[in-house]
Amino acid sequence: MFLYYLKLARISIIKHWGMSALMIVAIALGIGASMTTVTVTYLMSANPIPHKSDNLYYVQLDSWDVNNPANDDGTPPDQVTYRDGLYLFMQQKAYRQSIQAQANAVIEPEGKDALPFQVSARANSADFFSMFDVPFIYGSGWDHQADISKEQVVVLSRETNDRVFGGENSVGRSIKVAGNFFKVVGVIDTWQPVPRFYDITTGAFNESEEIFVPFSMIAEEKIGRSGNTNCWKNVGDGFQAFLDSECVWLQFWVELNNEQEKQEYQSFLNAYVEQQKSFGRFERPLNNRLSNVMEWLEQRQVVADDALMMTAMSLMFLIVCLLNTVGLLLAKFLSKSSEIGLRQALGASRRTLFAQYLVESGCIGLAGGLLGLFFAWLGLKGIDVLYGDMLRNLTSLDTTMVVAAISLAIVTSLLAGLYPTWRACNVQPSTQLKAQ
Amino acid sequence: MKEFSLILKSLMRNKIGALLIGLQIALTLTIMVNAVFMMQVRSEQMSRPSGLDEDNIFYLSNTIFSNDYNQPVNLKRDLDIIRNIDGVVDATQINAIPLSGGGWSMGLQTETGEEQDSVGVAVYMVDDHGVNTLGVDIIHGENFSLSDVEWRPSSKTSWPAKIILTQAMAESLFAETWQDSVGKTVYINRDEPMQIIGIMKTLQAPWNGWNGVERSILVPYQMETKGGRYIVRTEPGRRDEIMPLVEKALSDADKGRIIRRVTSMEETRERSYRNHDAINKILTVVIAVLTLITGFGIVGLAMFSINRRTKQIGTRRALGASRWQVMSYFMLENLIISTFGIALGLAGAIALNMWLVSSFAMKPINSELLFAGVLVLYAVGQLAVLYPARKAASISPAIATRTA
Repeated sequence: MFLYYLKLARISIIKHWGMSALMIVAIALGIGASMTTVTVTYLMSANPIPHKSDNLYYVQLDSWDVNNPANDDGTPPDQVTYRDGLYLFMQQKAYRQSIQAQANAVIEPEGKDALPFQVSARANSADFFSMFDVPFIYGSGWDHQADISKEQVVVLSRETNDRVFGGENSVGRSIKVAGNFFKVVGVIDTWQPVPRFYDITTGAFNESEEIFVPFSMIAEEKIGRSGNTNCWKNVGDGFQAFLDSECVWLQFWVELNNEQEKQEYQSFLNAYVEQQKSFGRFERPLNNRLSNVMEWLEQRQVVADDALMMTAMSLMFLIVCLLNTVGLLLAKFLSKSSEIGLRQALGASRRTLFAQYLVESGCIGLAGGLLGLFFAWLGLKGIDVLYGDMLRNLTSLDTTMVVAAISLAIVTSLLAGLYPTWRACNVQPSTQLKAQ
Repeated sequence: MKEFSLILKSLMRNKIGALLIGLQIALTLTIMVNAVFMMQVRSEQMSRPSGLDEDNIFYLSNTIFSNDYNQPVNLKRDLDIIRNIDGVVDATQINAIPLSGGGWSMGLQTETGEEQDSVGVAVYMVDDHGVNTLGVDIIHGENFSLSDVEWRPSSKTSWPAKIILTQAMAESLFAETWQDSVGKTVYINRDEPMQIIGIMKTLQAPWNGWNGVERSILVPYQMETKGGRYIVRTEPGRRDEIMPLVEKALSDADKGRIIRRVTSMEETRERSYRNHDAINKILTVVIAVLTLITGFGIVGLAMFSINRRTKQIGTRRALGASRWQVMSYFMLENLIISTFGIALGLAGAIALNMWLVSSFAMKPINSELLFAGVLVLYAVGQLAVLYPARKAASISPAIATRTA
């Protein structure tokens, strides 16, 4: 029976091809526009590390100016000071912990023709790789002992390894970074969390780093830090003074396995701050935060206002397109009154008629959805062109979105078809037959 | 007016069709007005002048990796090389680039003390060639002299004795008396004094979304840094020809560093406002497509209602109605539906705007825009109904004599 309805739908769609095309295009535009913006928003708000986002916590301590809060909404500063970060790291109170900051360095490859080039670097501690599930092609990260004994080791991204070592297994070889030789211990496979949650301050949608070195290299002045730095108090001259200052410039993450560990860590933080208060630091009220990955992304409002606004607009756009389709379907089905009357007179039940017209609406929806997917793809290409590398990791359609688009198209067109179908099936056969 | 009540009566018999079109018009108006408004706000931001001679300025990064690098000597050498290239107007080392998104900010206050309010300001470190290189206008006071320029080793944090600030910054510190502020002292880091020696008209901060984007200062500093930047101004029209010359001259002069990211101000502006520009383009497409869909929806439904009423129209024609009377019937019908939709749409537009104001700190919409939106939608409605109405008018009176 379904196949028969499909055949009827085909005949009807072809017969009123102009109107059908109009409906299909309207649905497609609505689906295309909303899917484009929803995709961007969906990727912006995606969980970058779903299986353990609840166990990774970003640490914030309120070390700020007693007269001025760090943020207007009362949240503590977005990063921690060197002395606080180093203390938390040395205590090793969490299951795992990562102290880290953004850096950059020049790599001088060997060979006469090879030119030096600049790379973005991350200075982090050993646990970084296991905490954030960084995939390796060769070797692995360094161990905790390497952090403590300040070994000059480095982990390379796949691209950097391709560039310097031609993609070979470079573990054990050395590479000149910022004027010093570092031993390669591992090469990372392509790794790009979206959002790049582990350091939002330098861009939530930026590329992940090209090399990774032990955090201690910064204090040793072997590698130059970069990234966001905020100070509220005068620093004083010299690098040591900077390290001792109240400037915040590093990120501290901990991995905690359950609620109890979290509470213990929170008390540990509070005890530390209370103790620091007696030295005249931390003059603000106690305001230490442990936010898991999604809470942290939410707090920093990683999903841009623009994206939300556009999503709201495009959903309204979709509604306009659907109103359009309801109107056109209504017109179309009502114009078939005589045909319906005839079929009813010949014994077709309302149920069969209902099914027939819903199949027709569904077909239009499916066609609109497929065309809409194409429009969404075009829209994302357009966004790619307009935004360039600013949103470079946010413009691909994944299976979820494809399925969502098609189902949205079919469901909405069925809904849109419901009322017209109901109206069409309520035609009195007698009136139609009489008019003939 | 007899027509009017007739149309109303027939509309009431086919409420749903009219309602659907009305709602479509309402939503279209709601979206259109707010989208245009968002575009206007963005365009205004994009048209603010940066204060720089943007067309003729470019900059580059000087990344030092050699461990024995004599910065004071090499900085002077580099600047001499650049300034002596034919077509270069001037050049200076600088710590940040306007509109680029990355920079340095500090707070200034007019009296010392922790509890005094300070005003946030973007800091540009330049030498005595800074004003000429950037192309900013000094409206009061004077430029730095060579002897004002201090050497700033890395991690030194005290500040030089003199500054030049923008008019907007002077106004924030001194309100109405800003014009007399040359010679006055302001404090950085709560208690370190700096004397104002000049006021420039405009120089934007690196952050275009900051509400203090017009507040910046110049301080006379030469920096010892491994990641320095030079900014260069050329004679009008010669920028593109000089950019590679400077890059090559600097690369050849020294192998202990990399010259990278030679970038024009034009590109920086484009990048800075890419977001704004992209959204404006997207909104333009949205408005255009939406208007088209609404237009076609009106055409479709009007065609349908005409097809249904073929016989009725034929009868009217046979009874002596002119073509124009038939046409005006449908145009008036559309006018009534449009009015209903537009009234609803005005309420929707204002409501959406109120939501945007409260959720995203947007400004309230202006009434001219609402008025323009109303006119556009009336026009779209009338245009869309024109073709079906003409089709209706062309129905032959003879139709009335046929059955079915």
